[in-house]
Amino acid sequence: MAPPAHWRRAKERYRLLGSKCENCGSIYFPPTKVCPKCRRKGKMVQTEFSGRGKVFSYTIIHAAPKTFEKYTPYILALVELEEGPKVLSQLVDCRPEEVKIGMEVEACFRKLFEQDDEGIISYGFKFRPIDDSWRNKQSQN
Amino acid sequence: MKVGIVGYGAYVPKYRISVEEIARVWGQDAGSIKSGLDVIEKSVPSLDEDTATLAVEAAKNAFKRAKNVRASDIGAVYVGSESHPYAVKPTAVTVAEALGITPHVTAADLEFACKAATAGIQACMGLVRAGYIRYGMSVGSDTAQSAPGDALEYTASAGAAAYIIGGENLVAEIEGTYSYTQDVPDFWRRECAPYPRHGGRFTGEPAYFEHVIKSSKGLMERLGTKPSDYKYVVFHMPNGKFPLRAAKVLGFTIEQVNPGLVVEKIGNTYSGSSLLGLAAILDIAKAGERILLTSYGSGAGSDSFSIIVTDLIEERRGLAPPVKYYVERKEYVDYAVYARNRCLYRG
Ligand SMILES: [Zn+2]
Repeated sequence: MAPPAHWRRAKERYRLLGSKCENCGSIYFPPTKVCPKCRRKGKMVQTEFSGRGKVFSYTIIHAAPKTFEKYTPYILALVELEEGPKVLSQLVDCRPEEVKIGMEVEACFRKLFEQDDEGIISYGFKFRPIDDSWRNKQSQN
Repeated sequence: MKVGIVGYGAYVPKYRISVEEIARVWGQDAGSIKSGLDVIEKSVPSLDEDTATLAVEAAKNAFKRAKNVRASDIGAVYVGSESHPYAVKPTAVTVAEALGITPHVTAADLEFACKAATAGIQACMGLVRAGYIRYGMSVGSDTAQSAPGDALEYTASAGAAAYIIGGENLVAEIEGTYSYTQDVPDFWRRECAPYPRHGGRFTGEPAYFEHVIKSSKGLMERLGTKPSDYKYVVFHMPNGKFPLRAAKVLGFTIEQVNPGLVVEKIGNTYSGSSLLGLAAILDIAKAGERILLTSYGSGAGSDSFSIIVTDLIEERRGLAPPVKYYVERKEYVDYAVYARNRCLYRG
C-alpha cells in the first residue's frame, strides 16, 4: 500500500472506529458516509467500538498471500462485535485447534503487515481470546 | 502542588523460552546459567508484536486504571525504548494515535538504554507541575535484541509498562526524584548494527552499581529518608542478582525487594523492567506505603523516585490485569520458533 493510502485508513484500523447513523441508530464497520437505510435523512457520526465480540465464523489459513506468509498457519475469523457489525480479522494468541465458534474475543493492537524490511509497518487491531481469569483471582485476595 | 501516578498498566507477551532451551542450542550448562542469573525463562514477542504494539497494550491498561482521564486530557506522550521499530519515525505517535490522544499533544521517543521511560516520567512531572499539561504519559517498552549465542540471549526479553502522570486523582504521589548520570561505555549499539555489544564484566561495578546506588542514596539524602522508611524498593533488573546486591549495599532487605522482582520468569524487559517491577508493587501495596524506584540505563544513568501510595489505589488496581497475570500467562516456544519470531536468521 502506498503511504497516502496507508495513512488514510490508519485511524479506523488503529482504533476500531465505525460510523453510526443518528437518525436510525444503525452502526457500520467499515465506516460509511451514507446510511444505506436512511439515505439522505441519515446523519453519520464516528463511533468507537468496545472491541469485544464473538467468533461468528473462522477459517485456518495455510496458504496465504505473500505479505501474510510468515504468519501461517493462522486463524482468520469473522468477529461479531457486541455492537453488531462483523469484522474480518486475524485471531492471535490462540492455536488453530483452540478456536471455537462463539468464543469471546477482544481487540488487541498488532502489526498487520510490512511492505519489506525498509517499508512502512502497518499496525492495527486483531483479536485474541478474552481471558478474564485475573478478575476472579484478584477478588479472592 | 502534588504530582504523581494517575494510572499504570503492564503488558508482557504470552510466549516464553526457557534458559534450558537456549543453553541446549549452544551446548552450555543451563544449571549454572540459571543460578548465575536467577532467571529461568524469558518472554518472547509474537511475530506481529513490536515495541509499538506492546506500548499500546500497556497504555490501554493505564487508561483503564486512570478511569476518568480522557484521551484528550493527555498533553504529552513519551515512549522510552532501545528497540523502536523505526530508526526514523516516532513510536510515540503510533501509540498516541492508537489511543485517540492525537492531535493536540506533544510526543517524542526517548532513548537512554533501559531508563528512557523514567526520564519520560520526569519530563511529564515537570510539564504537569509547570501547568503546561494536565496529564502526561510515559511508556517503557522493548523487544530487546541479543546476538545469537551472546550471554544477553538468556535474559533479553519483551514487555512494557505505561504510566499516566498528573496532579490530581493520584493512585500514588511522587514526593521526589533524583538522577545520577555519567558517560560510561558499558553497553551500546551503533546505528545499523542489529545487536548491541557490551563490556562484559564491566557492566557491573562502574556501571549498574555505581549509578543505582548513588542515585538511590542521593534521593534519600535529599528527602531525608532512610531504607526503613520504605515498604518496597525496585531497581532495574538485568538479572535477579544485581538488584539484590544493590539492595544489600544500600541497607534494604530481601523482603523489600522481592515483591517487585519480576525478572525470574519474564527476563530483562529493558525499558519495561523497573517500571514493571513498580507496577507489580502497585498491584499489592496499601495506602500510605512508600516505594523507592531506581531505574538504570547503560551509558549510563539512574533515575530515582520516592513514591507514596494513596487510598485511591484500592478501587483502581482491579480495573486492569495485574503484572502477576501476565507473568503467569504463558506458552513455551522452542528455539526454532523463537529464532523465527525474533528474525534471528538475518544474523
Ligand atoms: Zn440510518
